[in-house]
Amino acid sequence: MSDLTNLTLAEARDALVRRETSATDIAKAFLAAMEKARPLNAYVLETPEQALAMAAQSDERLARGEARPLEGIALGVKDLYATKGVRTTASSKILANFVPGYESTVTSQLWRDGAVMLGKLNNDEFAMGSSNETSAFGPVQSPWRREGSNAALVPGGSSGGSSAAVAARLCLGATATDTGGSIRQPAAFTGTVGIKPTYGRCSRWGIVAFASSLDQAGPIARTVRDNAILLRSMAGHDPKDTTSADLPVPDYEAAIGRSVKGMRIGIPKEYRLAGMPAEIEALWDKGAKWLRDAGAEIVEVSLPHTKYALPAYYIVAPAEASSNLARYDGVRYGLREPGRDIVEMYEKTRAAGFGAEVRRRVMIGTYVLSAGYYDAYYVRAQKIRTLIKRDFENVYAQGVHAILTPATPSAAFGIGEKGGEDPVEMYLNDIFTVTVNMAGLPGIAVPAGRSSEGLPLGLQLIGRAFDEETLFSLSEVIEQAAGRVELPQAWWA
Amino acid sequence: MSVDQATVRRIAHLARIAVTDEEVPHLQGELNAILAFVEQLAEVDVTGVEPMTSVTPMMMKKRQDEVTDGGYAEIIVGNAPLTEDHYFVVPKVVE
Amino acid sequence: MNAPASPSKLIKGATGDWEVVIGMEIHAQVTSKSKLFSGASTTFGAEPNANVSLVDAAMPGMLPVINEECVKQAVRSGLGLKARINLRSTFDRKNYFYPDLPQGYQISQYKSPIVGEGEVLVDLPESGGQIRVGIERLHLEQDAGKSLHDQHPTMSFVDLNRSGVALMEIVSKPDLRSSEEARAYVTKLRTILRYLGTCDGNMEEGSLRADVNVSVRRPGEPLGTRCEIKNVNSIRFIGQAIEHEARRQIGIIEDGGVIEQETRLFDPGKGETRSMRSKEEAHDYRYFPDPDLLPLEFDQAFVDALAADLPELPDEKKARFIADYGVTPYDASVLVAERASADFYEAVAKGRDGKAAANWVINELFGRLNKEGKDVATSPVSAAQLGAIVDLIGEGVISGKIAKDLFEIVWSEGGDPRQIVESRGMKQVTDTGAIEAAIDAVIAANPDKVEQAKAKPTMIGWFVGQVMKQTGGKANPQAVNDMLKAKLGI
Repeated sequence: MSDLTNLTLAEARDALVRRETSATDIAKAFLAAMEKARPLNAYVLETPEQALAMAAQSDERLARGEARPLEGIALGVKDLYATKGVRTTASSKILANFVPGYESTVTSQLWRDGAVMLGKLNNDEFAMGSSNETSAFGPVQSPWRREGSNAALVPGGSSGGSSAAVAARLCLGATATDTGGSIRQPAAFTGTVGIKPTYGRCSRWGIVAFASSLDQAGPIARTVRDNAILLRSMAGHDPKDTTSADLPVPDYEAAIGRSVKGMRIGIPKEYRLAGMPAEIEALWDKGAKWLRDAGAEIVEVSLPHTKYALPAYYIVAPAEASSNLARYDGVRYGLREPGRDIVEMYEKTRAAGFGAEVRRRVMIGTYVLSAGYYDAYYVRAQKIRTLIKRDFENVYAQGVHAILTPATPSAAFGIGEKGGEDPVEMYLNDIFTVTVNMAGLPGIAVPAGRSSEGLPLGLQLIGRAFDEETLFSLSEVIEQAAGRVELPQAWWA
Repeated sequence: MSVDQATVRRIAHLARIAVTDEEVPHLQGELNAILAFVEQLAEVDVTGVEPMTSVTPMMMKKRQDEVTDGGYAEIIVGNAPLTEDHYFVVPKVVE
Repeated sequence: MNAPASPSKLIKGATGDWEVVIGMEIHAQVTSKSKLFSGASTTFGAEPNANVSLVDAAMPGMLPVINEECVKQAVRSGLGLKARINLRSTFDRKNYFYPDLPQGYQISQYKSPIVGEGEVLVDLPESGGQIRVGIERLHLEQDAGKSLHDQHPTMSFVDLNRSGVALMEIVSKPDLRSSEEARAYVTKLRTILRYLGTCDGNMEEGSLRADVNVSVRRPGEPLGTRCEIKNVNSIRFIGQAIEHEARRQIGIIEDGGVIEQETRLFDPGKGETRSMRSKEEAHDYRYFPDPDLLPLEFDQAFVDALAADLPELPDEKKARFIADYGVTPYDASVLVAERASADFYEAVAKGRDGKAAANWVINELFGRLNKEGKDVATSPVSAAQLGAIVDLIGEGVISGKIAKDLFEIVWSEGGDPRQIVESRGMKQVTDTGAIEAAIDAVIAANPDKVEQAKAKPTMIGWFVGQVMKQTGGKANPQAVNDMLKAKLGI
C-alpha cells in the first residue's frame, strides 16, 4: 500500500483483517511520520517500543484470525490519561516525571480491544485552554495554514495534540477530553470529527481531573465512522467511577448510514450571535439544508439561558478545578520546590509547577468558593446550570431529536493572537460548546466547509442524553454532503 | 464585585500559590476581567431553582465492604520527591 | 434544652456562681473492613503506607466509591441514637492543605448529613439522676493520615494508612452542664456504639476522639463565647479539660477580660488547656458538594431492614433486666454498661434468682475481674460455672460463705462447681442431729453468754458464729438460727 498513514481508521481495520497490511507496518509508518512531524509538537512523548510490541501482538492475533475490534489500530493518547509505566503529565510542570502505576479505564479498554499506543499527545495544561498554548511543553502547531500564509495557527484546545495529530496523519485516531469544548473546538479547527459523549458515558477513572462534573472522555478521528468505532471501545460503565452510567453500549458504527428521515432538528435562535461572521452563518444554513434534504425536519427552537452558560461555566469549572488541583502539593509525586517550612514548600511548588492560566483559574475557583462569595457565585452558577439543562429538556420534550449549531464562532486563529491581556477573549471560543457540558449532553463536531482563508469550519450537533447514535447518523449526512475534508499538505515533513 | 490587591494575596495564600509583588497587579486585572464577565449572571432570576448536584439523574452505586486494594507501599511512594522507610517526608509542619 | 442547671452543678467563682455549658463533637471510627471510599484495609498498626490505595494517596484521576457497610453503620448508629435518618444526604469537600490530607480536601457531609436530630439518655453515676442530651446530627467523613513530627529535626514523616478510614462525627447539642455530665455522655455514647457494633470505642487507638466546646455564663444568661478543645482522647481527660477550661474562662471574665473564640489543646501532663496558636489563621474551608459523588440515597425499606436487625440497646436492656430479673436500677445500669457483661449476666440469671445472680456477677465476679485487670471476655469463671454456684446456694447445698470459697477454687483451678463441692466435702450440713450437737456444745461451754442472750436477743449472732466455726462453716445458717432461737428461748 502506498501511504498507510492516509488510511482512515475503518479502512485500516478492514485492510488489517484482510491481511493487506500489518499492524507493525502501520505502527512503523506512523512512528516515521511522527518523527518528521516533531516541529508540530503534537506528541509530548513517543512510545515506539510499546507501539511495536503491541503491534507485534496484534499481528499474531490477526494471523490466528482472532482480531479484536481495534486490532492493530494505532492511536495517540492525550497526556491527561494515566498510562501505566508511561509518563503522564497533563502537560504540566507540576507532574514533572510522574509515571503512574495504573492505566485509565478508557485506555485500558482500547488496549483490551487490540489498539496500539503510539505516544502521548500534547494538550493545554490540565486541559485548561482553547488553543493548546498553555501546555508546559509549548504550543502545538496546526497542520493547517491560511491560504498563502506561513503563519502558525493553533489546533484548538485543550485537545490540540489530538486534533493536530489526527489531521496531520500522525495516528488513526486519538483520545481526547472535553470539559467546555476541548474535543469539539479542536476538531472543528482541524477538519476532524470529535464527539463529547453524554456525561457518564465514559469512565473518568485514571483521567487527570479538571472539573469533575463537566469532564468527559471522547475520541477525535478523521471521519464520523472512525469516531463511532472508537467510542464503542471507550464507553461503558465502570464500577470505579460512580458517575459513569450503567447502560449498555450500542454498536455506534451501526448508526452510520441510518436514515434521518422524519427527525426533528432544532436550530436555536440564541446561537445566532450579533457580529457572527457571515461565513459561519452561511455554513450553519448549509448544514440545515443538508439535513432537510436528507428528510429531516428543521425547526427553530429556543434555549433562553444560552448566553449565561459561558459565565456560569467560568465559575463552576474553576471552582471544581481549584479543589481537584489541591492534590498537586509536592508531597507524594511530581515537582517539589524547597521551602523552609511546609507552607512555603506548597506555595513555591505550586507557583513554579502551575502555568499562568492554571494559576489564574485555581485562584478564581478559590475566590468563588470562599466564605461570603460562595452563594453569590457558585450556588447561583449551579442554579443557572439547572436552568440551562431545563432549556434543553424543554426542547427535547417538543419532539426534537438533535440541535444543530456552529461548532466555533470562527476558524482557527494564530498562535499568540488571543488572550494576551484579557483571558475572557480566549474563553469566548467555547461559547457554542460549553452549554453541552453544563447540561451533560452529547455533542459532536463535524467538518462542514472551509473559511474564506481555506481553513476548516465545523458544525455541532447536540443530542439527547445517551443518544449518541442519532448524532452519528446525522453527522454522517453532513460529512457525506460536505465531502471528506482534504487533509493539509505535509509542509512540515 | 471586584478584588483588590490584598484580596489577591489572600486568595493566593488560600490556594497555596506564591505570588510576587510584580504579579499581583496583573493577577488583579485578570481576575477582575473574569469577575466582570461573570457579573451578568446576577440578572438571572433564580428564585426557586435548585442548584444542580448531579449531572445525570441516577442512584449512586455502593461498594461491598471488602479489602480489595492496598498493600503496595512502594508504588504509593514510588513517585515521591522524598521518602524514608516508605514514609513521605516533608518539611516540618509547625504546630 | 436550656433548662437551668441545678445549683449543685454551678461553679463558685470569686464574684458568684457560674454555669458551664458544654457541647461535644465525637469522632467515632466506623467498624468496617475497608475504607469509606476505597478498598484498602482499616487494620490498625500496619507498616507505613501499606494500607493505602491509589485513591487514598490521591493519585491523579482517582475517584471515590462509597462503602455500603459504612452507610449501614451510620444508619444503625442513627437508629441507636433515636435519630432521624435522612434518605438523601450529600457529600461535600472541606478544602485545606495539610500533608496528611492527600486530596487537599476532606470528603465530609457538611450541608446535608445522613442522620439528623436524636437523643441520648444519660445516667449520672456520681450525682444520681438522668439527663437527656440532644443529638444535633451524625455525618460520615474521611479520616486523615498521620504526620510524625519527632522522627527528624527539620522534617515530618507522613503515613496515610488512616487516610480515608470512615468516621462518624456525632455532634451533640450544648446540653451538658458539668464535666460529670460530659464524661457520662461520652461513656453512654460509647456504650451504644459498641452495642451496635458500629465503633469499637477504643480510645487508646484513636477510634473515639472528642472535640469539646466549653463556655461559661451566669445562670439564666445567654450563652458565652466558646472555646473548642480539640482531639481529647480519654474520658478522664475530657473531665479534666472541662474543669480546667471552665475555671480558666471564669478567671478571665472575673478579671474583667473577654473570652476569645479559639481552638485549644489539652495537655494531659499539665492538666491544662493551651491555645493552638498556629491554627489561629482564619480558616476558609470552601465547602462545596463533591462533584465526584452523587447524592447518597436509599429507601425506607433499607432503613427498616437495618432497624429490624438492631440488637437490644442498653436502655431497653436495662428496663428489661429491672422488669424481668427484679434487679435494682443501679445494678441494671452496671450490668448493661457493656454488652458482653449484660450477656454474661443474662446467661447466669436465666432460670435463676435474678437478684442473686446480679449480686454474684457484680460484687464477686466484676470486683475480682477489676482487681486482676481482666474483663468478661477473659474471665476465668464462665457464666455456666457462676450459674452453678448460684444454683448450689439456692438449693441449700452450700452456704454463702462456702460459695465464696468455691468461687475462689473455680477462679484459680476451674472445674465443675458441683463436682468440686462433692469431692471436697463442701456441702453444708442440714442434718439437724449434727447441728443440734454443735449447738448444745456451744451452749454448755458458755453459760454466761446464754444469760446475756436472753436479755439481749441480738447476741444470737455470736452463737451462730460459734456454731458455724464448730461445723467448719458447712452448717445451714437458717437451720442453726432456728434451732438456737428454740434452745435459747428467744
